[in-house]
Amino acid sequence: MGLLSDPTRRRALISLLTRLNTPICAVCYMAGVAWFMGLAFEPFTLRMHMSENAMGSTMVEERFQAGERALVTAKEFGVQKNKAGGMPVDWLVKAMQDRGLEVFTQSFSRTLPFPDENKERFMVKGTNVYGILRAPRAPRTEALMLTAPCSQGNDNNQAVGMLLVLAQYFRSQVYWAKDIIFLVNEHDLIGMQAWLEGYHHTNITGMEWSPLQGRAGAIQAALSLELSSDVVTSLDIVLEGLNGQLPNLDLVNLFYAFCQKFDVLCTFQGKLQRNDWDSPSGYSHAVQTMMLMVLKQASGHSWGDHGLFLRYQVEAVTIKGINSYRQYKTTTTTVGRLLEGMYRKLNNLLERLHQSFFFYLLPSLSHFVSISYYMPAFGLLAAILLLRALNLWVELSAPPATEDGVANVEQQSSSGVLSVVTPLVISHLTGVALYTLPVHFQEMAVEHFPVSETEAVVLTAIAVYTAGLALPHNTHRFVSGEGTEQGWRVLKLVAVLYLAVLLGCTALLNFSLGFILALTLVPVAAGVTPHMPKFPTACVMVVLSPACTLLFSVFAFHELQETPLSFQDTWLLFLSVISQGILDHALYGALVFPLLAMLVYPCWLLFWNILFWK
Amino acid sequence: MAAPLTLLLIVAVTIRAALFRSTFAYWIAERVEVVSPLTAWKRVVEGLALLDLGVSPYAGDVFHETPLIIYLFHFLVDYAEITFILADIIVAVAFYYVVKDYNKQVFRKQKFALEADRYPADCHELVRTPKEMYYIPLKAALFYLLNPFSVLSCVAKSTCCLNNAVVSLFILATVKGNMLLSAIFLALATYQSLYPLTLCVGALLYLMQRQFIPVNAYRLSFWWFVAQYAFMYLGSLLVMVALSFFLLGSWDFLPSVYGFILSVPDLTPNVGLFWYFFAEMFEHFRLFFLCVFQINVFVYTVPLAIKLKEHPVFLIFMQLAIISIFKSYPTVGDIALYMAFLPVWILRNVFLVSCVLLMCSALFPVLWHLWINAGSANANFYFAITLVFNIAQMLLVSDYFYAFLRREHHLVHGLYPKKKDGSEATLVLK
Repeated sequence: MGLLSDPTRRRALISLLTRLNTPICAVCYMAGVAWFMGLAFEPFTLRMHMSENAMGSTMVEERFQAGERALVTAKEFGVQKNKAGGMPVDWLVKAMQDRGLEVFTQSFSRTLPFPDENKERFMVKGTNVYGILRAPRAPRTEALMLTAPCSQGNDNNQAVGMLLVLAQYFRSQVYWAKDIIFLVNEHDLIGMQAWLEGYHHTNITGMEWSPLQGRAGAIQAALSLELSSDVVTSLDIVLEGLNGQLPNLDLVNLFYAFCQKFDVLCTFQGKLQRNDWDSPSGYSHAVQTMMLMVLKQASGHSWGDHGLFLRYQVEAVTIKGINSYRQYKTTTTTVGRLLEGMYRKLNNLLERLHQSFFFYLLPSLSHFVSISYYMPAFGLLAAILLLRALNLWVELSAPPATEDGVANVEQQSSSGVLSVVTPLVISHLTGVALYTLPVHFQEMAVEHFPVSETEAVVLTAIAVYTAGLALPHNTHRFVSGEGTEQGWRVLKLVAVLYLAVLLGCTALLNFSLGFILALTLVPVAAGVTPHMPKFPTACVMVVLSPACTLLFSVFAFHELQETPLSFQDTWLLFLSVISQGILDHALYGALVFPLLAMLVYPCWLLFWNILFWK
Repeated sequence: MAAPLTLLLIVAVTIRAALFRSTFAYWIAERVEVVSPLTAWKRVVEGLALLDLGVSPYAGDVFHETPLIIYLFHFLVDYAEITFILADIIVAVAFYYVVKDYNKQVFRKQKFALEADRYPADCHELVRTPKEMYYIPLKAALFYLLNPFSVLSCVAKSTCCLNNAVVSLFILATVKGNMLLSAIFLALATYQSLYPLTLCVGALLYLMQRQFIPVNAYRLSFWWFVAQYAFMYLGSLLVMVALSFFLLGSWDFLPSVYGFILSVPDLTPNVGLFWYFFAEMFEHFRLFFLCVFQINVFVYTVPLAIKLKEHPVFLIFMQLAIISIFKSYPTVGDIALYMAFLPVWILRNVFLVSCVLLMCSALFPVLWHLWINAGSANANFYFAITLVFNIAQMLLVSDYFYAFLRREHHLVHGLYPKKKDGSEATLVLK
C-alpha cells in the first residue's frame, strides 16, 4: 500500500516506467525469446522421473513370445482387408471371439462439411470393432485400452496383428485387475471420435453413430499402436493431442523406462536422444526437438488417435514403429514385450494418472521443461503489453494543454466511446464472417469459379481475410468526424489490454499457441501508431499478421523436420493446412480456427485500424 | 434526465432478454462464479418441486433459499425471467435516486461550507460543480445495469439479484429518511442473507444526522432513537420469520438457511476465500477458523463507523464491499452491487485495479476448464486466481477509502499542506 499511496515514490516509479518504456519493452522481448531458447539448455531442464508409486517400484517379468504369430496374423488380416476392400468386420469379430473376448461393433457415418483432399473422403461410413477382456480379479470399474487404426492399403496391418495376438496372450493371464478394451477403428480419427462419443454418451460433433452394446469401466489409460513393418528400428512416441492437450508425463516416463529396459531405440519428434547436451550441436538438436513439439502443439491438431482421448481425461499416447535404414533392428516379440510390460504396470494403478506433470515441453525424452520454467518466457512478452498499456494510460490521463478544457473533454469522451466501439464491432463482424462464410459459401463459389469445393473454402477464407484489411479503415470518421490523438490512444489501450487477456488465456490453455502468437503480435501491438510511415509499417504488419504466422510456422516445421520445401510447396501446404484447420474444428471440435478467426484476427485488425487512423 | 435513464433501461433489458434466449444462458447458469449453492436457480426449481410434492423443500440438502423466496416463485415461476429483470431495474432506479439525493446533500453541505468560508483557499478545485455531478446518478445506474457481472447474474437467474434489489431499496428508504421502510427492508435483507445486518450502523448514523440527533451515548434521545429503530427492525424480522414458520409449518429453514450460511458445509469453489481453506483444513480446527473467517464481515463495522461517522452513505458502501469480499458464498452479483457506487467518489489506482479484475474475470473460466474439464490443472490454479481477484477487490476498497479520507483531509487542511518547517508535506497511507 505504501508504494501505491506515497505520491513521490509512485511518481518516480511511473516516470521511470514511462521514460524508459521503449527500452524496457525491447529488453523484455529479447529476454522472453532468449528465455525460451534457453529452455532446451540442460541446466534448465529436469530429468525425467516416475512420480507414480504404483508404477515405479513394482517388478514385472515379461513373457510374451508370440512375435512371429503376430506377423502371421497381420498377413492374414491384410489378405482379408484386401478381399473386403476395407475393414474386414466379420473376420475381425470372429478373430476376437476366438481369442476369448466379448466382441461388439459400432457403425458410424459422417458427412464432412467439404471434401478432405488429403485423405480423399467426403461421406464417411465405417465400423469400429472392439473386444473387451474382462478382468478376472476385480470389479469392472476400470479399464485400459489398446487401439490400432485400420488404415487404407497395407498400412498398420502389423499393428492389428499385434493387437490380436496380445489380446490372446493377455486372455491367458490371471493378474488383470482392470478390463482391457481392444479396439480396431476405421477411418482413423473419425472412427475414434465416434467410439469415444459412444462410450461416454456425449455427442459434441454431431456425428451419427450406433450406441455401444458393451462397456467396461472408466478408462484409465490408452495406447494407440501404429506398426507398418515386420521389424522396426525405433519406436516413436506422439503426445500432442487435440487443442494442444498433453497426456500425463508419467505415461511418457513409462514408455521411456521400458524402451531402456529392452534396449529399444526410442525417438521423439522423429529424433533420437543425444547425450552431449553441453556441445553446440547437442544443444541445437534439443532446441529443434522442442521447437517441433511447440509447433505441433500449437497447431491444436490431434497428431495421432490418442489425441481425442485427452478430452475425456483419459491419458493416452500413440506409439509408432519406424523402419528406417539403421543397423539396429527390434523384433516384433520385443515390441510385444514392451507393450506387455507397460500394460502390467498400468494394471497396478490405484488412481488415475495425476502425480506427474500435465504442462511440459520436451527437448528430449530424458529431460523435460515444466510449466514454472517456460511460463516466464511468455510472461516477459505479456509484460510488454501491460507496460505499453500503462504508458498509454499515463499519456491519456495527463491534463490537457488547452485552457478551455472542460467542454472539449465532454465532447471527446462521448466521441471517444464511439470511435472505440465502432472499430471493435466492425472487426469482430469481419471475424465472424471469416468464421462462417468459407463453409457456407462453398457451393456458390464452386458454381461461379473453376475450383473444387476444398479450394473454394480455402480461397474464400483468404479472400475474407484480405478484404478485412481494406474494410475497417477510419470507420470512426463516419460516426464521429475527425479522429483525434486522444481517440487512437484510447483504441490502442483497449486493443492492447484485449490482446493481453486473449494471449494470457490462450497461453494457459495451449502454451505453444499463445507463445507463437505473442512472438508475432506483441511487436505489432507495442509499436504501432498512426504517425509511422504508412507503407513500410503496413508491410511489416501484414508479415506479422496471424495468417503469415501460420505460413512461417508451416515452413519452419518442415525445415526442422529436415524435409525442406520450396516456396511453391509451402504455399500449397499452407492452403491444405487451412482446410485441415477448418475440418478439425468441424469434425473434432478443435478450437484453433475459431480462436484465430473470431478473436485473434479481429484484435490484429484493431491495430491495423490504428495505423490508418486519420 | 428521465430520458437517458429510460434509454439505459431499455438497452439493459434488451441485453438481458437476448441473453435469456441465447444458448449461453444454460452455460452461464452453471458457472460457479455466478451462482452459489445459496442462490442457484436450479436449486430453487428443486425446492419448488419438493414443495409441490408436499415434502419440505429443505429435505435433501439441495435448497437453501429462504421460505419467502420459494413462496414468491411458487406464484411467479413462469415469470421468473421478468422477475429477475425487474429486480435489476429496481436496483438501478433505486441507485439512481439514492445518488441523486446524496449529491443534493453533498452540494448543500458544500454550499454552507463555502458560504461560511470554511474551506481553505487553495482547495477550490476539490469543490464539486453541478456540471460534473449531473451525470453521476445516471452513471451509477449504468454501472449497475451494464456491468457484465450483474448481467451474468441476472441471466443465470441467481437469487442474488433479488437480494440486491432488497438492499438497494433499503438504501433508498434510508437516504429518503423513511425510518420504518428502512427498518423493514433491512430486516428483509437480513432475513435473506444475514450479512446485511452490519448495514444497520450506517443507516442509524444517517437517519440520526438527518433528524439532528447527536451521536452521543450519554444522551437519552440517542438511545430512544436506537430503540425505536431496533424495535421496528426486530419486529419486522420477527414477522418474517413467523410468516415463514406458518407457511412451512416447521423450523427446518433455520438450520438450512442460516446454519448453511454460517457453518459453510458446501465447499463448491466460488470467487470467495472460504472453500479452499476449509477443503484443506483438518477437521478439529474447523470451528475455530470458521469463527475467524466469519468475524471478518462484522469486525470492521465499529472502526469504520467511528472513522466515517460523518459520512454514513460512504460507510454503507464500504460495508457492502466488505460483505461481498468476506461472505461465505460470494458471487459476482454481490460485487456488481457495490461497484454501482464507484462513479460517486474518486479512485486513484483505476488502471491497476481494473486490469487485475479484467484479467481475473477472463481467467476464471479458463482455469476452471483446465481443472475440471481437461483434468490437467488442479484446485491450486483456480484458487490462485480467486486470491488475486480478492486482493484486487481489497485494493479497490482500501484505495477508495484512502482517496475519500484524503479528499476530506484536504478540504480541512488545504490542498498543499506544509510541514512544520515549511516544506511541502505528503500524505502517506501506512
